[in-house]
Amino acid sequence: MSDKKTLVEAVNTALDHAMADDKDVVLLGEDIGANGGVFRATQDLKSKYGLKRVMDTPLAETLIAGMTVGMAAQGLKPVAEIQFMGFIFACMEQLVTHAARMRNRTRGRLSCPMVLRAPFGGGIHAPEHHSESTEALLAHIPGLRVVIPSSPVRAYGLLRSAIDSPDPVIFLEPKRIYRVQKQTLPETGSRLPLDTCFTLREGSDVTLVTWGACVRECQEACNTLAEQGVSVELIDVATIKPLDMETILASTRKTGRCVIVHEAARSFGVGAEIAARIFEDLFFELKAPVKRVAGYDITMPYYRMEEHYIPDHKRIVIAIHDCLTEP
Amino acid sequence: MPTTLDGGGLFRVHESDIPFVCYLDANGQPTQPLPGWAEEGSLLVDYYKAMVKAREADRKAIAMQRTGVMGTYPSCLGQEAPGVVYGKQLKKEDVLVPYYRDLPGQLLRGVELSDIYLYWGGDERGSAGPGYGQDFPNCVPIATQAGHAVGVASAFRIRDEHRVALTTCGDGATSKGDFLEALNLAGVWQLPVVFLVVNNQWAISVPRPIQCGAPTLAQKGAGAGLPCVQVDGNDVIALHEVIGSAIERARQGKGSVVIEAITYRLGDHTTADDATRYRDSEEVRKAWSEEPVKRLQTYLHNRGLWSPEQEQAYLEQVKLEIQQAVEIYQKTPLPQVDDLFDYHYKDLPAGLRRQKEEMQGGLGHE
Repeated sequence: MSDKKTLVEAVNTALDHAMADDKDVVLLGEDIGANGGVFRATQDLKSKYGLKRVMDTPLAETLIAGMTVGMAAQGLKPVAEIQFMGFIFACMEQLVTHAARMRNRTRGRLSCPMVLRAPFGGGIHAPEHHSESTEALLAHIPGLRVVIPSSPVRAYGLLRSAIDSPDPVIFLEPKRIYRVQKQTLPETGSRLPLDTCFTLREGSDVTLVTWGACVRECQEACNTLAEQGVSVELIDVATIKPLDMETILASTRKTGRCVIVHEAARSFGVGAEIAARIFEDLFFELKAPVKRVAGYDITMPYYRMEEHYIPDHKRIVIAIHDCLTEP
Repeated sequence: MPTTLDGGGLFRVHESDIPFVCYLDANGQPTQPLPGWAEEGSLLVDYYKAMVKAREADRKAIAMQRTGVMGTYPSCLGQEAPGVVYGKQLKKEDVLVPYYRDLPGQLLRGVELSDIYLYWGGDERGSAGPGYGQDFPNCVPIATQAGHAVGVASAFRIRDEHRVALTTCGDGATSKGDFLEALNLAGVWQLPVVFLVVNNQWAISVPRPIQCGAPTLAQKGAGAGLPCVQVDGNDVIALHEVIGSAIERARQGKGSVVIEAITYRLGDHTTADDATRYRDSEEVRKAWSEEPVKRLQTYLHNRGLWSPEQEQAYLEQVKLEIQQAVEIYQKTPLPQVDDLFDYHYKDLPAGLRRQKEEMQGGLGHE
């Protein structure tokens, strides 16, 4: 079907529709114009909307973040692309000290309705510094929203909502699954909520919580476990911050067990926050300790060894079995 | 000259020919024929009054810090002139993107003095008042405001608005990448933004000569293809000519300018600093002989445009206004817990609402 789209095509479609709907939506970033972005997320948008709305910036990430704050404070809805999440660190000062707190610092007089998009995560044999997953660093910052889609449909709906959002949104695109799945997008303009987890599969034995590219490995694990008679409830967090703990807690209350899977380093990760919240609220209702399957606390390996770092189907299945056999 | 590989002509330091603009010398004497508006005089009196008011407001801020009424405050003593000039030359619809020593300009932009005191008194609501219009709040992380200014100017360009962004920074800020990245963009996109470097010679304890090896800070614009100029930052006539032209040029779509205003920080970096630890008193004594208020006062007296009687009456009026601002500041009640939580997002997320209730409970506000 020609109208089915990959995740990166869904991003492109969402940007296209948002720009068509609202002239205040503008794009900026490195190589996003004639080149259409190194992953083609902005393909054809410059020719369609012109160079005033699709801006190739100089090669300066700090500048991109800073000028995005300036544009947003003037009421535009800028969507900036950071070419890889590995280069987002130059933006951190602007995100922490300005984007995240402009509304608070001015008590609503100025705000930052901006989106910062970045491809993230490993698994595509990219050069050094191109494969990190540091969503926890961003999720720690009050005032930001952190959103991670895991399918073309969710990429479209979440990005439309992110662009609508009056708050700054970090939109992290799992590049490992940019092109692995095609879906028919929902009706033009449909949005998905920015404060709600998605329950992708209902189950009764254990709750499996994940986001981004790991959703794929978790789905495979669910299939394997179903064949073994284990019923897994799979939750795609999608909106890392603010975190919808209600959905995760309700599911864990039902199953009594929870396994969290993420690609980022384990310690101080988003999984640690979710686990802490489960222990705070459900300690006496748990049938087993919460388990985490995550990247190790080492630097993301360069690509010859990256597949041994990223949680795979086997590690997830083992963790769930461990969780089920806990006394 | 032929180049050789053994040094000589192969490598060259860029020879700066940055113009330096000055009309009034340190004694208030014209160094060249004055522009017509200055001969007429009324605007000069306005500039003078604005500087006097800023200096008195600044003096009160320091006094409040010293008596425990206000927190750490960065004085603008000695560098009032650039602020009063851009404050008068910008239009209301323009946008000021300041650093944190901009009290003189902010007052002229319409910011309430009580809001300035409230801000330095530790309350974010001091950056919220309607007097700010669309101007940015004070920017403490050095040079990060430069990126905002080019973003604001980009918004003007995208919308075909004939508005101008003006951003200020100190001499130390020109060492930061943020500043240079912003200049670079302003040059390549010909943005309607004015960069005003208020070179007061000191970045806390680091003096200008060890901040940068280039003979001027203005010339940093040259690498971005921008026109650059130095101006006597204690001379409102020169500042008016330079800043006014730069704003007008930007408004006409002719792009950006880098202005280095040479002035002097007569006070400490902030009230938490003690400049006698690192600064020679002789240097400060000399700087007092060049400061902007006395310089203009001498000129106005010589021209018969301002009298001691007018000075006395004006000072009394200003002190009254300042006292009223102090009272408004001091009578401002503490923020509510709602204030702390409700502006992080347009709509308060559920998890944050529970934390707000927790803090309210802790304060007995349940």
